[in-house]
Amino acid sequence: MRIDAITAWLDERLSISTLTGMARKKEVPLHRHSIWYYFGGMTLFLFVVQVVTGILLLLYYRPSSENAFESVQFIITEVKFGWLIRSVHSWSANLLIATLFIHMFSVFFLRAYYKPREITWISGVLLLFIAIGFGFSGYLLPWNKLAFFATKVGTEIAGVIPIIGRPALRFLRGGDDVTGATLTRFFGFHVAVLPATATVLIAIHVLLVQQHGMSVPPSLAGKPVKKMKFVPNFLLRDLIGWILAIGVLAALAALFPWELGEKADAFAPAPAGIKPEWYFLFMFQTLKWIPPKIWKFDGEVIGIMAFNVIALLLFIVPFVDRPPGNQRKRLVFNTIGVVAMLYIVVMTIVGYVT
Amino acid sequence: MDLMHRSYGIYLSWFIVTLAVCASASAQKKSSCIECHIKLEDTRLSAPAKLFDNDIHRGRGLSCNDCHGGDPNADTKEAAKDPRKGYLGKPKTLDIPAYCGKCHSDANLMKRFNPSLRVDQEREYYTSVHGKLLKEKGETRVATCISCHSVHGIRAITDPLSPVYASNVAETCSRCHASADYMRGFGIPNDQFAKYKTSVHANAIYEKQDLSAPTCNDCHGNHGATPPGITSVANVCGQCHARQAELFQTSPHKAAFDQKQLGECITCHSNHAIAKPGDQMIGTQQGALCINCHTNGDKGFVAAGLMRGRIDELIASVDKSTEILGRAERAGMEVSRPKFEMKEATDALTHARVLIHSSSAAEVDKVVVPGLAASVKGYQAGVDALAERSFRRKGLAVSLVFIMFLAVLVYLKIRQIENR
Repeated sequence: MRIDAITAWLDERLSISTLTGMARKKEVPLHRHSIWYYFGGMTLFLFVVQVVTGILLLLYYRPSSENAFESVQFIITEVKFGWLIRSVHSWSANLLIATLFIHMFSVFFLRAYYKPREITWISGVLLLFIAIGFGFSGYLLPWNKLAFFATKVGTEIAGVIPIIGRPALRFLRGGDDVTGATLTRFFGFHVAVLPATATVLIAIHVLLVQQHGMSVPPSLAGKPVKKMKFVPNFLLRDLIGWILAIGVLAALAALFPWELGEKADAFAPAPAGIKPEWYFLFMFQTLKWIPPKIWKFDGEVIGIMAFNVIALLLFIVPFVDRPPGNQRKRLVFNTIGVVAMLYIVVMTIVGYVT
Repeated sequence: MDLMHRSYGIYLSWFIVTLAVCASASAQKKSSCIECHIKLEDTRLSAPAKLFDNDIHRGRGLSCNDCHGGDPNADTKEAAKDPRKGYLGKPKTLDIPAYCGKCHSDANLMKRFNPSLRVDQEREYYTSVHGKLLKEKGETRVATCISCHSVHGIRAITDPLSPVYASNVAETCSRCHASADYMRGFGIPNDQFAKYKTSVHANAIYEKQDLSAPTCNDCHGNHGATPPGITSVANVCGQCHARQAELFQTSPHKAAFDQKQLGECITCHSNHAIAKPGDQMIGTQQGALCINCHTNGDKGFVAAGLMRGRIDELIASVDKSTEILGRAERAGMEVSRPKFEMKEATDALTHARVLIHSSSAAEVDKVVVPGLAASVKGYQAGVDALAERSFRRKGLAVSLVFIMFLAVLVYLKIRQIENR
């Protein structure tokens, strides 16, 4: 009786029943592609893991070139369960990027960006770039040798872009070289700018998903599709996935603790065979293989510009491929998707083994 | 009017061109010596003219007549080599040091070319075995300036092509000293270069490209080259190995070696074939150098045994700690700090190996004890890291059981809801 009164009091002021009603009404279509619906939720869960572990790391992390490495070393050797938090943060970041790619490709192949979900897609693409920004900025924070040189190479690549390259490079590095100024800057991006932007975008993304409901693939349009209640049936299934994800993260952290390496030294020679994080590897490998000159232009510049153009093209996918679509268009887009996926996988493997 | 202006212009440009040609011609100093010699078929006579192109003296603006006299502007051989014009010709071997010393011993003159260059080479040379034999006995087979520095194609000693560049010195000396025929009659061995090539010093200079490693002249001197005597050899080695030399001077070996007329460093380390020293050299076991003089029971024998024992103890401890830390690192544990702190133990080992030159087990102990303590600390860090790893694995197993249990519970809940 008392709880009902409190709920009624809150409802009067916060309209909770509208939200719960929306959630209760929400249904998930059941068909042979339903498995892909889990990846959005999984990515969101891993983001929450990142926020929680990130806040815990912030209790001890010190963002300066003098202290960063030592503070991470302190976290993993002296702080109780600090090793676990740091390893989970690193592993979860990588799993997040992986689930994000899976989520994006599944949405692409299932045409979930069809009208009226164009803005959901755009917010998703923005979130993909933000996640990559998180990865790139976070990689430098332990201030170890590998991260230092990877950041040097990574920002150099940004510097190659015509006209805006040089100012962009100076903006990212906080000067001409990767120094302590770069570290503080990356720290600012990693814990303030990117989380704030990501939170807003995630809110928009999730709200839009609620508003439009789960998309049914066009191949099943017009056919009778069974449905499942989101609350509690699908949510509980999500929950099993999240619980298992915790298990996987714990196992990875305990069995393969994320390495710290050696402290960065600007005067030391770059370590041999330096490679970026795996999700940049396919681009890195492409730039390695691209001929130095393509017609009159620098091959590397062409490669970098091509990746930028592809990134921009991602935004316009829902406007080029619009419903109802035809057999030919579907084939073209599916081929593009498969080729892109194969390209990423093959080049990543090649980059990894060479 | 226009035509007149144009003619002036043409005349003016001719004038400028003519001036430029004359200027460049006068800048190139005429040398009839080189012009003639370079064309001669006899290579003994043409070689100097060809070699002189790369000579440091030419680079400083000097020419043939600055050493040989004569008139390089003359057009005939007779006029160029006119003794009235100071022509000296080729100097005799006996005269070469003074010939070069004419400029190189003149501080005022040398300042014009290289103020930092020493001007005592000639004086030093006459203190060397080479110089003494030349001056006192008229022995012309000895090395003079040109034997080492070459002639006509003389390069700066910092030029890697110079025969006296650090990594070329030993080979240059060996041209005479390794030749049994050439050295016949001098009464000294000719295997120095062969031995030197096997030494730790040669390895440093040839393999590691370490130009600070000693070659012939670093121990024997260059212009004043002389074999260091029994009494001075420790001073020579001590220039680089200062701590070892200092310890040796305070050790009981000093008096004993002096009494027995033994060369200080070379008795144990040899001279040209100095091998990389190892722990096997010290101790009382078969092959150790100490037992060459010491016998079972004497003070030195006991000290040698003790020092070797302590060093072995530290080595074993360092190896054990390094192994366990390596194992922990391979297991993904963060042990970079204890690994860094292990440097204290490895440094102690290096220090102990130096301290054996004091021949005092107590001195060696002074560094071995803290070294052992550091090593034990490192070992303990390794043990802790491995214990932590096994704690993590056990913790993981327990967590996974709990996690699976939770997942099953949720699954059962779903079943319950959907069966309703």
